[in-house]
Amino acid sequence: MTPTAAHATTGTPATRRLGAVVAVLLALLVMSGLWWSAEDVVQGSTVRIMYVHVPSIWVAYMAFALTAVCSGAYVSGRSRSVAWDRVAGASAEIGVLFVAVSLVTGSLWGRLTWGTYWVWDARLTSTAFLFITYVGYLAVRRLGGTLRQRARRSSVIALLAVLEIPLVHFSVELWRSLHQEASVANPNARVELDGLMLFTLMLGLATFTALFVWLLLHRQRVILLEDTVADRGLDEAIASRRDEAGAR
Amino acid sequence: MNRRSVAVAVARKDLAVEAGSRVIVNQVAPFALVVMVMFAFALDNDGILQRVAPGLVWLATLFSMLVVVQRSFAVESADGALDALRVAGVDPAAIFLGKSAALMVQLFALEVVLVCAAFVLYGVEPTAAGWAEAFVTMVAATVGLGFVGTLYGGLAAGARGRETLLPLLLLPVVAPVLIGATRATEAAFGSGGASVSEGWPWIGLLAVFAVIFGAAGSVAFGPLVDE
Repeated sequence: MTPTAAHATTGTPATRRLGAVVAVLLALLVMSGLWWSAEDVVQGSTVRIMYVHVPSIWVAYMAFALTAVCSGAYVSGRSRSVAWDRVAGASAEIGVLFVAVSLVTGSLWGRLTWGTYWVWDARLTSTAFLFITYVGYLAVRRLGGTLRQRARRSSVIALLAVLEIPLVHFSVELWRSLHQEASVANPNARVELDGLMLFTLMLGLATFTALFVWLLLHRQRVILLEDTVADRGLDEAIASRRDEAGAR
Repeated sequence: MNRRSVAVAVARKDLAVEAGSRVIVNQVAPFALVVMVMFAFALDNDGILQRVAPGLVWLATLFSMLVVVQRSFAVESADGALDALRVAGVDPAAIFLGKSAALMVQLFALEVVLVCAAFVLYGVEPTAAGWAEAFVTMVAATVGLGFVGTLYGGLAAGARGRETLLPLLLLPVVAPVLIGATRATEAAFGSGGASVSEGWPWIGLLAVFAVIFGAAGSVAFGPLVDE
């Protein structure tokens, strides 16, 4: 294996071990979620969606929090290390993915339970805004320019999102509380969970958290490799122009 | 020059550009009116129009705002004017406040046109107290929109392909303004039986929004446009 080829992988022994653990946990979660745990008295089998839905939104919140923290670290840190920006970007990508998963699983569950894919509930609406906000953030990351420009721009946008999300959430909450009659769609109504159901939910949270870490490690290395390729492409273009000039 | 005089100079410059080119008067205001007429086509019912008029006024404002913000920064980036200002060491917070102020003046003028259009086209009939509340709502919402529009407009200035990004970034951020301004205007217009007193808490929300983004924009505008 050449040194370049060895460099061009996103895996290390540690991530491989972690990946194996995630695979085992996922298999356990599937078994526990689909077979071992009981049906819900009221909801029947639809309750099983919860084992994916709740961990997904958990991972999404965690990912966006990490994006905010890394963006803050980039802006405030003296070193201005682009590594912070790479972790922030990788984390936001994973967050967007998992918000999407939780929106899709949530609306499927809503269709089965409430008979409709979507209700204008405050939590649903602000989650949709959360999704759109970070899709925008990812678009900002793709604006081009140097790595430093990307890092500065996207960290400012990520920090503005931290301001924006509570405001949107608060106003949507206010909007719904004043404009909605008592709704059947009350996501706060918690069902009593029996032991195995609770275990499956906790297993889901643990599994998805491990999955998040695994994805994050790989994703930020992929971004690092992409940045390296972009840099090297520029260097090579400059070198070839020099050669051309020298040949003349 | 201190921050305030720079901001005033930038605002006057933007308004002078508009006075010379008349893009808002000749293009954006007619566009906003067409949007109002299109809403009437889509919601072909007098009762419904009267009920939803406040929301339509603010939707039309937001759509027009996208055009105005793009215009505001197209003027800057065409000749590298923003870069020149930055290279000259001009305080970015002053540029932000100046451009925001100019944007607010333009937006407010547009809103006046739109509210008049709603009065004529959709048949809304506010009381005197309702007119006063509508005026305060417009002021509070316009200040917030001016700050946010300038902040995200600065990001969209310059390089190609960024114009299409502006709506995606801006519309989710201004959702609280749409909600707050619409509810307050409903109270002012008495739409759906709302009373004038119901509007004031929403105006409070608009004011909070304006203060937060005014402060955030003064800090964040520099790093966003500094390239």
